[in-house]
Parts: sequence; structure tokens; C-alpha cells
Amino acid sequence: MSDQTTPDRERALHLFKQMLRVRRMEEKCAEMYSAQKIRGFLHLYIGEEAIAVGVMESLRDDDAVVATYREHGHALVKGMSMNCLMAEMYGKMSGCSRGRGGSMHLFSKKHRLYGGNAIVGGGIPLATGLALADKMQGRDRVTVCFFGEGAVAEGEFHESMNLAELWNLPVLFCCENNLYAMGTALDRSESQPDIHLKAASYGMHSSQVDGMNVREVEKAAKSAVDAVRRGEGPRFIELRTFRYRAHSMFDAELYRTKTEVQQWRERDPLANYLDYLEREDLVDDDELARIEQEVIEEVEQAVEYAENADWEPVEELTRFVYSEEKE
Amino acid sequence: MSAETITYREAVRRAMCSAMSEDPRVFLMGEDVGAYGGCYAVSKGMLDEFGEQRVRDTPLSESGFVGAGIGAAIGGMRPIVEIMTVNFSLLALDQIVNTAATFLHMSGGQFNVPVVIRMATGGGKQLAAQHSHSLEGWYAHIPGIKVAVPATIEDARWMLATALEDPDPVLIFEHAALYNMEGELPEDGAPVDLEKAVVHRQGNDVSLITYGGSLHKCLEAADQLAEDGISAEVVDLRMLRPLDTEALVETVTKTHRAVIVDEGWKTGSISAEITTRLVEEAFYELDAPVARVCTEEVPIPYAKHLEDAAIPQVPDILDAVRKVVEHHV
Ligand SMILES: Cc1ncc(C[n+]2csc(CCOP(=O)(O)OP(=O)(O)O)c2C)c(N)n1
Repeated sequence: MSDQTTPDRERALHLFKQMLRVRRMEEKCAEMYSAQKIRGFLHLYIGEEAIAVGVMESLRDDDAVVATYREHGHALVKGMSMNCLMAEMYGKMSGCSRGRGGSMHLFSKKHRLYGGNAIVGGGIPLATGLALADKMQGRDRVTVCFFGEGAVAEGEFHESMNLAELWNLPVLFCCENNLYAMGTALDRSESQPDIHLKAASYGMHSSQVDGMNVREVEKAAKSAVDAVRRGEGPRFIELRTFRYRAHSMFDAELYRTKTEVQQWRERDPLANYLDYLEREDLVDDDELARIEQEVIEEVEQAVEYAENADWEPVEELTRFVYSEEKE
Repeated sequence: MSAETITYREAVRRAMCSAMSEDPRVFLMGEDVGAYGGCYAVSKGMLDEFGEQRVRDTPLSESGFVGAGIGAAIGGMRPIVEIMTVNFSLLALDQIVNTAATFLHMSGGQFNVPVVIRMATGGGKQLAAQHSHSLEGWYAHIPGIKVAVPATIEDARWMLATALEDPDPVLIFEHAALYNMEGELPEDGAPVDLEKAVVHRQGNDVSLITYGGSLHKCLEAADQLAEDGISAEVVDLRMLRPLDTEALVETVTKTHRAVIVDEGWKTGSISAEITTRLVEEAFYELDAPVARVCTEEVPIPYAKHLEDAAIPQVPDILDAVRKVVEHHV
């Protein structure tokens, strides 16, 4: 018996591996940050992997993604190489933004990743505009916009919900509700903490999903993306999740208890998915060991690649302020 | 060469209509650009001509629709985003400064932003402080955007075409007092080189360096000065970023005296930047200290006599020029 939500073995392992790639890459980033190889702000996605993976699985290569500063996972599962991501975090020229963006500003034209935006809420109008361009040019591409629950307090969130629904634009808004905006708990900042209702108030089709369960995320995202692609207008998904790590590497985490973090860790998207795979007999120990090994090697190679990559010559500092060629 | 007399408003409208006819990627969006006909009546009739997909009325959400215009530009369109006045553009500063201006650089050259953002600027219509300011000089501070200030009918007609061809974000500031101005539009116009200042009147004794709405006051002042035997050269910057430093040096090398006329406030203004460039690049050409005629350091008041007193006027320019010309080293 298989319906759409019962993945076959290969797909199941693929989902697991994608989540594992994000996690191991970021664990390595944390390590490299402590070793002072990566500097600046570093916001880890650990705990939230099911969202990027579940949503991205529903996309075509030519669909667009707009993300925030917590976007390593989005970039990786959109298809960017771990090498160019790691090199970017090192600030190297072969990084995906030539070392000009760093951890918070990952970009790729080829993969249609439009940042990496460090202004909370700032990417939401951008995604709306990308969707407008697709609609006006008669293309059936979808734009997905990720942002945290902190962003919904910004005016740009509301302006964009209104525009997207008013103009029936092909955009999927994914709110990664990890309950904290830096140190501010959702119920200390929002008069209406039930976020999906905000989008619904603009007339938008909106739902709430367990962001710790990759199967649930994938299912919700798939149906939303399909609807958006059919021209049914924008959709909104609120994904309930949690970040295990501090907001950034500078955060002493005074605002939440270890118990709370521990409780969420018990719902870990990787561990729980693995349990499911084992229950359904979709994975065996050998396969698991092989996947772990492949991912670890990929991470090691990415670090090596970044270590050996070149710095952009300082003479090129002022490039890319304006375009180098007219069209 | 024949010419036709039209208004500045009509010139901007023609620029938009011909751009939209020639390129299906071009569209206009902003508050009241459609059904209302544009708050300065610039886009009147365009909704009927192009339909509501291409003349898009937006809600009152400057940051949202400016951001959407930026996104649409990155997505392959050529939007012309209209903001009613520069004062309201402050609600969209995040999108202009943090997104449009940074996108190309942050992405290591991958994503250019071919958006054009037009807005009215300047005082003189008794609209008080929240509708009268001249903040284009602020925008000129930002690397990554270009700042155009069409002062003439011809520039109003042709600058937009160049701006739309530009792969980077261009902000166009139209002085609100110019929309009703009439002038001749030569029939053989063509897109203008956005990076070059123009000398509107040749002179030998002093350079009047200006842009936008103040150009016409400077030309009027130059006429009056001529009667007194003072020959003033009038330079229209046309762009505040990039600034045509070469033209500045050239005019001062000829006249050895400079008066800058700018409707912005003096402190930290584009006039301060121009002065500094002259000091840096043409110090030994100067026979007198550079003088500036700027807006008084007050929010623009409503009452006519106070507003007039706040904004640079022809007599202020004459005074400044006479002082500079009388100065001997
Ligand atoms: C406009 C703006 N204000 C404040 C900040 C500082 N800041 C960075 S992240 C953050 C919290 C955002 O939380 P949320 O949107 O929930 O995303 P999360 O970090 O939880 O993924 C804040 C306040 C910012 N980057 N941009």
C-alpha cells in the first residue's frame, strides 16, 4: 500500500540525508567559528532542518527562494554545493557571494536563491516582487519566502501579505516559528500569537504545521506549492519549530530554560524521522553508516576547499557596486 | 529642427508611455497612478491606454510596493515605481538602501537591480514640512544607487529612457514646482548620458552650480547679473550620484568662483560634497571661498512668506554671487 505520503525507500533515505547534511555542515560551522575561521554573525538552523528539506523537496529547480540570515540549510538543500557555502563563510573568493556576503548573505543565481537577508522582514516584499515578475511574464514558477515569527511584527510583513493576496501572486510564505526572536518570546511581542491567523486575516489560505516532522512539512508544502503553481494565489504555512542553539554565537541564552530546550530536542526532526524509517523498515544499519560517512566526507571536503580557496584581491574591493556591463 | 511646446508633466508622461510601448517589461506602479491619474497628474490617461496590469495602483504601503518593484526588477521586469513625494519614500528606505543598493554587491555581482524609482521633491507649493523637503542629497550618499534630477523638459522626456536601460537602481527626483513648467521639446531627442552635467549658460566670472528646481532660479539670476556686467556660468548637475566632478573642475577652472544653489539644507548636504570636491580638486583655481545658497535650517513652513524665505530665491543667489565676485585675493 502506498499513497503519496508513504515514501519509497530511496526518497526516504534522501530526505534523511538532506537533513543530516544540513546538521553536520552547521555543526562544523560552529566548530570553525570557535576556531575563528568563520567570523561575524553565525546563526545556526540546528533543530529546524525538517522545514528547509520538506519545503525544498516540493520545488522545481527554477522556483525561487528568499531567505533570512539563518539560511545555510535553505541554500544547501536548494542545491548549492557545500564547498561554495563553506568558502563564503570563510570569506573566500570562491564563496557563493565572492566573500562579500558571508553567513548571512548567501546568494546563487543558478539556484535562484535570492539571499540571505539580514533585515528582519526585508525579504518579504522582495519575494512578493519576484512572484509579480513571474506572474506578469506568464511563467508558472513559484517563489518561496522564509522568515521567522519575529518578522510578522514588521510592517513589511503586513504590506506584503496584502499585496500578494490582492494581486493573487504565486508566492508561498513559510513562517519558521521557533518561538523566540533573539530573546523575545512570541507571547511577549504579539497580541495575537497564533501566526497563521494573521495571514488568514488578509484572506490568504493559511495553515499551521508541525515543523519538526519532515513528512508533515513536505505534505503541506507540496499541496501549497501545487496550488500556487496552478494560479490559485499565495499560500501561507506557519511551521512550528525550535532552534536548539543560541540565536547567534554571541547569545548567552538567558531567556529560556535548559528544560525547554531539552523538551524540544526530544522532538528532534532527524531522530524521529530515523525512528520512523526503522519502524517501517526503510533503512538498515549499513545504509545508515554509509550515509553518515558520505556526509562527513562532504563536510570535510568543504572545509578543505574553503581552507585552500583564495581571497579576493583587495584591488577588486569596489567591484559590484554598479553593474560592470550595460545590458 | 522643429520643436513643440509642452509641460514638464507631459514630458514625463511621454517618457513613460513610449517606454511602455517599446518594452513589454516596463510597467508603472505606485499610489494613485491609475484610476486617479497620478497625484501630480503625470500618469493621467495611462490606465486607459495600458490597462491595470501595467499601470498598477498600489495600496498605501511604500515599503511593500517599492520592495515588490525591486523584486520584480530582479525577476526580469523593468518597473517604474512612483512614490508620491520624497517624504513618503522614507517609509521605503529599508528597501531602497538595504536591498536595492546592496543586492549586487552582497551577491558578489550575481543580481543586478534594474528598477527605476520616481518621486516628487522640493518645496514652494505651501504644502508644509511633510510634503516639501528636498532629500535627494541624502540618497546621493548611498553607493549602489544612482540619483537623477531632471531639471528641463528635455531631460524629463529623455532621462527615463536612459534610467530604464541602466542595469542598476536609478532614483529620479522631479521637483514638484516644475510639473507645470512649459518649454520646447526638440523633435530629435534621444536618451541622455546620465553621467554628464550640462552647462546651460556660458560665463566667465562665476559658476552657478545647481540641479533640479533651482536651475531655473539660477538662470533667472544669471540674466539679472548680466545686466550688471557679471557673466555667470550655469551648470546643471543632472545627477547627484555619480557626481560629474570633471565638469565641476572645468567650470571653476574657467570662472574661478563658485556659488552652489541647492534646495536641501546646508548641513551635511550635497552642496557640502560639491564644495569639498572643489577644494580637493580645484583649490588653486579658486579666487574666492565657495559660497552656498541652501534652504534655511528649518522644516519648511506653510505660510507663503515664511516658505519663500526658507527656500533659495533669486535675490539670495544674486547676493551670494555679488559677495563672491567682489572678493579679491
Ligand atoms: C529590522 C531588523 N531589526 C532588528 C534586527 C536584529 N535581529 C536580528 S535577528 C532578530 C530576531 C528575529 O527573529 P525571528 O524573525 O523570529 O527569526 P529567527 O532568528 O528566530 O529565525 C533580531 C531582532 C534585524 N536584523 N533587523
